[in-house]
Amino acid sequence: MPDADRPPMVSLRAVDKHFGDLHVLQSVDLDVAAGEVVVVIGPSGSGKSTLCRTINRLEPVDSGQVLVDGVPVPAEGAALARLRADVGMVFQSFDLFAHKTVLDNLCLAPTMVRGTPKAQARREAMALLERVGIADKAGHFPAQLSGGQQQRAAIARALAMAPKVMLFDEPTSALDPEMVAEVLAVMTSLAEDGMTMVVVTHEMGFARRAADRVVFMDAGRIVEVAPPEEFFAGGGSDRTRSFLSAVLTH
Amino acid sequence: MSALVDAWPQLLAGLGTTVFVLVTSAVGALVLGTLVTVARVSPVPVLRAAAFGYVQVLVNVPLLALLLLAVFALPDAGLIAPLVTTAIIVLTVYEAAYVAEALRSGINTVPRGQVEASRALGFTLSQTLRLVVVPQAARAVVQPLGNVLIALLMNTALTATVGVVELTSATNKVNLVQAQPIPIFGAAGLVYMALALVIGLGAGRIEKRVAIRR
Repeated sequence: MPDADRPPMVSLRAVDKHFGDLHVLQSVDLDVAAGEVVVVIGPSGSGKSTLCRTINRLEPVDSGQVLVDGVPVPAEGAALARLRADVGMVFQSFDLFAHKTVLDNLCLAPTMVRGTPKAQARREAMALLERVGIADKAGHFPAQLSGGQQQRAAIARALAMAPKVMLFDEPTSALDPEMVAEVLAVMTSLAEDGMTMVVVTHEMGFARRAADRVVFMDAGRIVEVAPPEEFFAGGGSDRTRSFLSAVLTH
Repeated sequence: MSALVDAWPQLLAGLGTTVFVLVTSAVGALVLGTLVTVARVSPVPVLRAAAFGYVQVLVNVPLLALLLLAVFALPDAGLIAPLVTTAIIVLTVYEAAYVAEALRSGINTVPRGQVEASRALGFTLSQTLRLVVVPQAARAVVQPLGNVLIALLMNTALTATVGVVELTSATNKVNLVQAQPIPIFGAAGLVYMALALVIGLGAGRIEKRVAIRR
């Protein structure tokens, strides 16, 4: 549950971003409290992935401010690398390191970025693999895993850095339907453990179940922010209602 | 066959020069080509443009023209170096462009997402390159680099035209005396084939050894 006394873990203030002529983020403001789970939904091209990627500056913003745990996200360089180490990210396409075993995928950043001793990194990695249910795959290479297993490994890899906040950029969009559930289960348990999470997804069930707040985006703007029960009750704007009727009836 | 036996020392000396030129320019081209590739993928626009220009110029000029230019034009401009050295430098500079292209194709085989994941985990640019990009790119370029080396081997024969007495030139000289072109050039051809086979098999073995399990 969100902790109201602390400053926001993530804060976007009047963020603007263009891709060429496309105004992909239009003066976006959003605070995510420590321990809060914010689920961002919206149609394709609404800017929700871009919003997620500005938080660790995989996408630099044109103007406005992005703060993580009260610290403005710095320009590319060593300071940004340090900040990114504290911000876990999970991608649509898993993006595990193909030349490393699952265990080594988890150990690489803790040992190389944090200087964690190898033995300790391995112990912690095994505990995380246990937690996401693929400890038996520790010695396998990514290509030997199913999509769902790869994504759970990718979540564990991000968690291995003990991040302050986890970003999920459409984590289940590339998965076969039967594998979506196993990944969402891991994410739900993470949310229950109090991890601060920003989740861009099309999974309305997850939004209902795990979100503290749902953010609805359209055409580069945040159209609506509401707790899930209120959001899905359909009391919001016309744009929200038409989106909900499209996604909830298919 | 007696022609070959009589001319044995001359042919062997020619082969020695071929192997010497091959090995030195291969090492040079790998080093220079790697530097060009680093420039090509660097975040500095000037370096990227320079590396791009380097590759474009060299793959679009015939090697023979470069050899003639270096051997006859540079001394005219006051730059004089031993003939074999000049040939090695030209081959190095020329093949480096092809090495750079092979390395770049290898880097392109590493999915962009893995680079983003590395950055998201807090790796610096050099860590990303060292830990994620290069180990995977290196696996993908073994065979293409083998092919560049084989092409380089064949290209060493062009240095005969500017006076380097390597295998082809030595073979030609022997034939001028012995006038038995079929066994003499046939034997030289077999030697080139054998060398190419060694490079090709070597590349194949290395590729198998470093392959990623799937």
